[in-house]
Amino acid sequence: MNELLHEVYPVEKGAFETAGEVSGTIKRMLRKLGVPSQVIRRVSVASYEVELNLVIHSLGGQMEITIEPESVTLDVADRGPGIPDLDLAMQEGWSTASDEVRTLGFGAGMGLPNMKRNADEFDIRSQVGVGTNIHMKFFCV
Amino acid sequence: MNKFHSVTLDVAKCVGCTACLKRCPTEAIRIRERRARIIDERCIDCGECIRICEHHAKVATTNPLSAINRYPYKIALPAPALYGQFKNLQAAAAIPAALKMMGFDYVCEVAHGADIVSRAIMEKMKEPGVPRPLISSSCPAVVRLIQTRFPELIDNIVDVKSPMEVAAIEARRRFCAERGVADKDVGCFFITPCAAKMTAIRNPLGHKTSAVSGAISFLEVYGVLSELLRKGNLKPDLAHFSATSFGVNWARTGGEALAIGENEALAVDGIDNVIRVLEEIENNRLPEVRYFEGLACLGGCVGGPLTFENMFIARNRIRLLAQMLPKTRPEQKIPDKELDDLRDAIYFEEPLKPFENTRLDEDFKVAMEKMARIGELRKQLPGLDCGSCGSPTCQALAEDVVQGFATELNCIHLLKERLSFMASQMVEMAEATRE
Repeated sequence: MNELLHEVYPVEKGAFETAGEVSGTIKRMLRKLGVPSQVIRRVSVASYEVELNLVIHSLGGQMEITIEPESVTLDVADRGPGIPDLDLAMQEGWSTASDEVRTLGFGAGMGLPNMKRNADEFDIRSQVGVGTNIHMKFFCV
Repeated sequence: MNKFHSVTLDVAKCVGCTACLKRCPTEAIRIRERRARIIDERCIDCGECIRICEHHAKVATTNPLSAINRYPYKIALPAPALYGQFKNLQAAAAIPAALKMMGFDYVCEVAHGADIVSRAIMEKMKEPGVPRPLISSSCPAVVRLIQTRFPELIDNIVDVKSPMEVAAIEARRRFCAERGVADKDVGCFFITPCAAKMTAIRNPLGHKTSAVSGAISFLEVYGVLSELLRKGNLKPDLAHFSATSFGVNWARTGGEALAIGENEALAVDGIDNVIRVLEEIENNRLPEVRYFEGLACLGGCVGGPLTFENMFIARNRIRLLAQMLPKTRPEQKIPDKELDDLRDAIYFEEPLKPFENTRLDEDFKVAMEKMARIGELRKQLPGLDCGSCGSPTCQALAEDVVQGFATELNCIHLLKERLSFMASQMVEMAEATRE
């Protein structure tokens, strides 16, 4: 019997036309599995934020989801450019988004803090020129 | 859960085509044995299938006009959208008199109920800690949609009953007091542009029983009413119209937002558009929006599936009628006392519950296993979403198969593949055994 469900979704840089599709797919999947709706809400807010971050800020990357009976884990990795000052990036209101992106309603500097707030476990590592890794875990109980 | 749905199938007229199957926003329809079937748990009574069915096989169960005779006293509650059905805008003021000629004893405009509800919502908006956005409770199809597909947003729905309910509550109280009759002898009938309201009367949202006894469709009364309005020698007087222009405007998209006077309100019509925006709200993408008015029908209630007049024309008439009425705001028109007298009855009496219907299995591990099998099966299907199998999409067929409601050979493409494989084997066998 399958004890866990594991999927990997690539997310490309600048792909605004499909932005939100991965987090939408994840949300539908969780609902079909009967994950409690408060958990679904937290996962979908965080996964949407991280998906948009990949589209707006990264050079492209992937979202990896692992669903177990007790938890949902999101591991996100991109191919750069990397965040020079993580402490600064984690501050609310701080963003490097261009004006063009801001006119679309993004770049309020709430992305990373929002993810941290919604996840039960949050870990971010970044190396300039290499990429950023984000690990988020949500407990179902 | 009460299984009543206003939207039903007329089996004799259904040809088993895929029009409604493909249109249903909640994937509540399947074609089985050449007939459409509605999955009760999923249907939100939006009426999209009624609109799209060329064979008129999808029908709304509403009451015939004769149903009012079951009660000694009869009250009519005309929806504001009714005013958009007639060319003569002044006629709006003559509708109460015409309805009385049709057998009703008393008429209470639902637009007046909308004025009261507008005031109650304005109060709610001022409460500290009110959810953002507050979501309108007036369109029952949208409330049902949220219960089934956006359970996380249930707490955002404003806990004030709909204008129809509030109008019925007030009308009953007034009528019984004025005439000294018993409440049980009074039948309250909503004149409805849609099926979802009928369902909301039978399965009330946020309360156990409805003050409304039944619903009669616009189409049912249109003929008689328009005749009476033309020839009835009625003298309409808009100056004494009981509702404000704001209450009347609830008939079209954006009217409710205008009535509650909220600038940071978002009004969205059409069930697919409502779904898209609710998804944005669910993802916290619209933090600036304070009030969300979502209406299942394009144009708002004027676009209901049981209306007679073209939606664009009706919507414009509502706009013009609102212009002709005085610009009194609902909070000026409805005195504090009137609202206070109704406070015991106009709020939800029980919380709205989510209707979980997408869950694959009660047991998480079994659900996981099913999901894996669905994924496998989905890869074998052609991905054309043609609907020929009777399920709306290939994904839906894969789910139906795993849940035991269909077999994979319902897919005609898979069947064709299988047949041609079998045929080639037969040929091979024939070749091999030739003497």
